[in-house]
Amino acid sequence: MSALIQLKNVKKTYKRGKESITIFDGLNLTIEQGDFVAIMGPSGSGKTTLLNLLGGTDRSDSGEINFDGERIDGYNEGQLAGWRARSVGFIFQFYNLMPVLNAAQNVELPLMLTKLSAGKRRANVETALKIVGLWDRAKHRPKELSGGQQQRVAIARAIVSDPKFLLCDEPTGDLDRNTANDILGTLQQLNQEMGKTIVMVTHDPEAARFAKRTLHLDKGVFAEVTQ
Amino acid sequence: MSLLNQTGSVIAMNVRSIPQRLWMSLATVGSIALVVAVLLGFLALANGFNQTLKGSGAPDVAIALRDGSAAELNSVISREQIDLLGQGPGVRAGPDGRPLISAELVLIVDGIKKSTDTKANMPLRGIGSNGLLVRPQAKITQGRMFTPGSNEIVVGAGLLREFSGFELGKTLRFGAQTWKVVGVFEAPGTVFESELWADAPVIQSLFKRGSTFQTARVGLTSPAAMPAFVKYVKDEQRLQLKAQSEQTYFADQAERSGLLIKYFGWPLGIIMAIGALAGALNTMYASVSSRAAEIATLRVIGFSGFSAFVGTMVEALVLSALGALVGVAICSVGFNGLSASTLGAGFTQVAFRLQIGPDIISQAVTLALIIGLIGGIFPGLRASRQRPLLALAT
Repeated sequence: MSALIQLKNVKKTYKRGKESITIFDGLNLTIEQGDFVAIMGPSGSGKTTLLNLLGGTDRSDSGEINFDGERIDGYNEGQLAGWRARSVGFIFQFYNLMPVLNAAQNVELPLMLTKLSAGKRRANVETALKIVGLWDRAKHRPKELSGGQQQRVAIARAIVSDPKFLLCDEPTGDLDRNTANDILGTLQQLNQEMGKTIVMVTHDPEAARFAKRTLHLDKGVFAEVTQ
Repeated sequence: MSLLNQTGSVIAMNVRSIPQRLWMSLATVGSIALVVAVLLGFLALANGFNQTLKGSGAPDVAIALRDGSAAELNSVISREQIDLLGQGPGVRAGPDGRPLISAELVLIVDGIKKSTDTKANMPLRGIGSNGLLVRPQAKITQGRMFTPGSNEIVVGAGLLREFSGFELGKTLRFGAQTWKVVGVFEAPGTVFESELWADAPVIQSLFKRGSTFQTARVGLTSPAAMPAFVKYVKDEQRLQLKAQSEQTYFADQAERSGLLIKYFGWPLGIIMAIGALAGALNTMYASVSSRAAEIATLRVIGFSGFSAFVGTMVEALVLSALGALVGVAICSVGFNGLSASTLGAGFTQVAFRLQIGPDIISQAVTLALIIGLIGGIFPGLRASRQRPLLALAT
């Protein structure tokens, strides 16, 4: 296996008023291609900051962030946006679907950033919705779907442009146990059958069990819990 | 292509989400509609007034007034001066072979305005047999022309619309005399429609004006003859008069009175526009903050800040365009062609119709779109600066 993501000696400090708070002071992390990593940790441990650094929605103060051989820590806002569109699928706790769009239109959104024709876009949307088992709900708006179904639409949106990397932020935090297990099963399937590399932040030890390994983050330092 | 696609998607989403902010959006549309309707109303007023005054003057009729008089009311012209005018260059001959000159005088009389039921001034014009010949647009449409030497009167159709008691066959009292309405004339789109006409010598004698007149309208052979005639009047020492083409005379008056309406309409429109702008800004800021999570999500997915900006701008412009549409519709249905009257130069009433044309519609619509543009820019900038971080915060 080769590394998909590598963080080397990453430092990140936030300013709050006059005070500066150090989140990471020399963080190192390697995530292999095809890995499924759960990241757990108490509030304030730096999970959200890590998620933002991995997703290219925030920048480190120093250190290196490599993705698939591409160094992204020096990218500006525009380059990062382009990189995110190409390389990362995001899955949020509250699904973050657009209420005015139906399921298919929501899934199509990332493809609007590509040069694909309308026909090709439709075909990809159909494939993605079929993978999550919701093609028959393509014309439904989010409010006409259950929480679990909405999260499936969000997963379809995350995979529609076929990124290598899926970043999940508490993907089952808003769901009941059974539905949560269904969603986690789907993620596991995406990891095992389609080779997606997944990083999932969660508070739920049950959810973490679906991952290949779990990392505990505490005060900006990792302790690995191997499964 | 991708920028176009993503901007298109954001625009579609914004516009489709307007119903989620229905009442706020309707309030914005309503306030912009009001601005457009009020401004358009004033501009239509100015437009109609201008058109009426400008339409009144002929290019081949010279109007002579005492030098220094700006309007007919404070001018005096004697019989001798009128004879001298007839000797000027380019003067057309009337049917009787003599110079085509209509010597006229104007008095102010009272009438009851229908709309307010109050007294208002109107002009009673004494004309001679040439009066109709120098006003080819005027036609008797009901009854007949007054008989020279009698206490008969004909009324303009515009005056009839605005004032009561002047219907055909009615008997009127001005001063100590009674007059009978024997005809109605139309002179569409001119100030003459707001006048009463009677025989000039009768007015001179009944109102003790001796043999003086106030203006002379001189028919020329063509508009090209105007400069030479104007120069003749200016240079002829015995005249002490000033001549100009009737068209110029009314255009000057239109400008003065029309500007008053216009300069009242625009400031009022702009003050209201500032109010509407505050509403539009409020609506658009609310729109941006209600969509903050959506915008942040799109930014995370990779959509640009520019698309968020354009989406917000277009939403604001759509609302203002809707407002403009409603405003124009209200004005077109409610005001267009409505007759009105106001004080013209010379303190007499001028009746005219409000006229809404493409020119003034485009002015009012431009103002509405400026409201939309400014109302969209700042909220749009806020939208474009939405960090992609937010949606990921746990």
